[in-house]
Amino acid sequence: MEKLLKVEGVSAKVNDKEILKGLNLEIGKGETHIIMGPNGAGKSTLANVILNNPTYQKTSGKIFFDGKDITDEKVDEIAKSGIFMSFQTPEEIAGVSVFNFLRTAKGKIDGKNVNYFDFKEELEKNAKALKMKADMINRDLNVGFSGGEKKKDEILQMLTLKPKLAILDETDSGLDVDAIRTVSKGIQMFKNDENAVLIITHSTKILQALKVDFVHILVDGKIVYTGDGSLAKEIEENGYKRFEVGV
Amino acid sequence: MPKTKVEDVNQNFYDFKNADNFEFKMDKGLSEEIVREISSKKNEPDWVIEIRLKALEIYQKLELPVWGPDLSELNMDEISTYVKPKTEMKEKWEDVPEEIKDTFDKLGIPKAEHEYLAGVGAQYDSEVVYHSIKEELLKQGVIYTDIDSAIRDYPEIFREYFTKCVPLSEHKFIALHYAVFSGGSFVYVPKGVKLEMPLQSYFRLNSPESGQFEHTLIIVDEGASLQFIEGCSAPKYNKVNLHAGCVELFVKEGGYLRYSTIENWSKNMLNLNTKKAIVEKDAQVDWVSGSFGSKISMLYPMSVLKGENAKTEYTGISFAGKGQNLDTGFKVAHLAPNTSSVINSRSISKNGGIATYRSLVSILPNATGSKCSVTCDGLMLDDISRSDTIPVNNVETCDVEFSHEAKVGKISDEAIFYLMTRGLSEEDAKAMIVRGFANPISKEFPIEYAVEMNRLINLELEGSIG
Repeated sequence: MEKLLKVEGVSAKVNDKEILKGLNLEIGKGETHIIMGPNGAGKSTLANVILNNPTYQKTSGKIFFDGKDITDEKVDEIAKSGIFMSFQTPEEIAGVSVFNFLRTAKGKIDGKNVNYFDFKEELEKNAKALKMKADMINRDLNVGFSGGEKKKDEILQMLTLKPKLAILDETDSGLDVDAIRTVSKGIQMFKNDENAVLIITHSTKILQALKVDFVHILVDGKIVYTGDGSLAKEIEENGYKRFEVGV
Repeated sequence: MPKTKVEDVNQNFYDFKNADNFEFKMDKGLSEEIVREISSKKNEPDWVIEIRLKALEIYQKLELPVWGPDLSELNMDEISTYVKPKTEMKEKWEDVPEEIKDTFDKLGIPKAEHEYLAGVGAQYDSEVVYHSIKEELLKQGVIYTDIDSAIRDYPEIFREYFTKCVPLSEHKFIALHYAVFSGGSFVYVPKGVKLEMPLQSYFRLNSPESGQFEHTLIIVDEGASLQFIEGCSAPKYNKVNLHAGCVELFVKEGGYLRYSTIENWSKNMLNLNTKKAIVEKDAQVDWVSGSFGSKISMLYPMSVLKGENAKTEYTGISFAGKGQNLDTGFKVAHLAPNTSSVINSRSISKNGGIATYRSLVSILPNATGSKCSVTCDGLMLDDISRSDTIPVNNVETCDVEFSHEAKVGKISDEAIFYLMTRGLSEEDAKAMIVRGFANPISKEFPIEYAVEMNRLINLELEGSIG
């Protein structure tokens, strides 16, 4: 079956420093992938490069999504084709409510007008499932949100925009146990056989309730090892030492 | 990824011209003869012509300001100071000549009047062509009329207040204003009368190479309350137009006045406008100001907090695009104890535009127990635009609460990227950030005008009519 995402030999740099060095990755529909790796290995860079963040320059390689070459596509077009990325530290946008922002975004992604009442109902339902305060969706986007609130807001956006592939960058970092459980529940709500999730993480706590298909170890700009869900456990106990040898 | 250039507006909603049809257009330039001729066209009493001539003398003596934007391109020899439209002032729109009525229809004035205004004044070039006020307000003793009528019909009260808030010699362009003033509105709200719906005056300058010098004089008597809205626009010409209006506001003990302006002069306009309020004991004046148009603006409304417990708030936004230099801000003088002022200013600049916030806060020694809070934020949309803040604060007593916050920054690439990952184009992302930045200001406008303001922001950003 045609893969949903194919990253083929991608190298990329930021500020003239090469971060990704010929990275390969394939993700199929219905799959849950995990990327783990030491700090500075290029995990977040990979997420940004897939979304074609202009701050990062690709120096070689191609990225395909849903059979289409998106290597040089504009960020918003990539988003509209069905890729979502949650941010480690989401931007604060003053003067724009979560509600209005998401309604606008939903309209852009779906390419059609969003019914106000249906949208409101679904948004409120999802916010409640994520244990977000009721007034949250009327507050300015991420302004004055706690770390946990910001992360939940990212998951809320994912649930609302319904991408084909959600890339979650360190969504669990800095969260307490309850919040991790809630975020994990949000991912379960989202996940189905037609979409895919790529989780970038340091820890395995968020993975406990999820069925993980592949764990990739990213070291020095390359995926050096791919295993099944049990690999995450091993990493948590032993670290990346054995993968760094010989690099 | 190449940066999308945010283009300037070419075909502006406001940029439609009528032919330069006038009943009378004064020869260009400024002289005693011209000043006398304006006065005689208006059949003014002697005391008014005396003020005009004295003002002319002051104008000729005063120098151009040595600070702020360069005004050297202004040549009064190229400006006609008085253009009388082909109509007298009417009280019914159907009596206003078609072409002029059509202009105000396009600007949405009769519709607004019908829906939520208590009265309307509409000025076309140098004269007011339409004035109306709801019958029940007349019964309550509210006066809302043009300046010529006020001089004629309410000479005592008009004379008592005229020039007493903004004196002739305040600066060169106010002297110019008093020499050639024409049009504008006079409002008197009697003691205890509270208007629920706003009054609005709209100023349209259609004639090329001319100036508009309207005078607005508002008196809100003790315990009375008024919302006044002012709008202005003009089609664009290749040569400079001049606007040097004057607004004098008097708010008596316990009175309230909210003065809102949406200014969208064409980008060949030099907007050198003067506005001031004298605020008595327990009274309050709130200024809400949106500056979008003009080539150069120098506009610093002022509140003089004269009585104890007098309050003022200034909420202002300016948006400077290509070729625009908008030098705006606020002045406040705290003269009495327990007075308070809140200043909140935002400016946006793009495509090489210059937005400057300039302010003067004076808290005099006997203004003990007073409070002043200043916030001014600037947002630049690219690397070639400028945003400056130039605050001057004179605090002459220790017994005050004073705070000042200024932030100037460039629109964040990270924020644009964030919004783009949610499907917004670069243009949409910028527009959303700018609208959000402007939001604390736009929500201070009456709702219909907040919509108008968002539309202006979109126009500025998108370069097309959305």
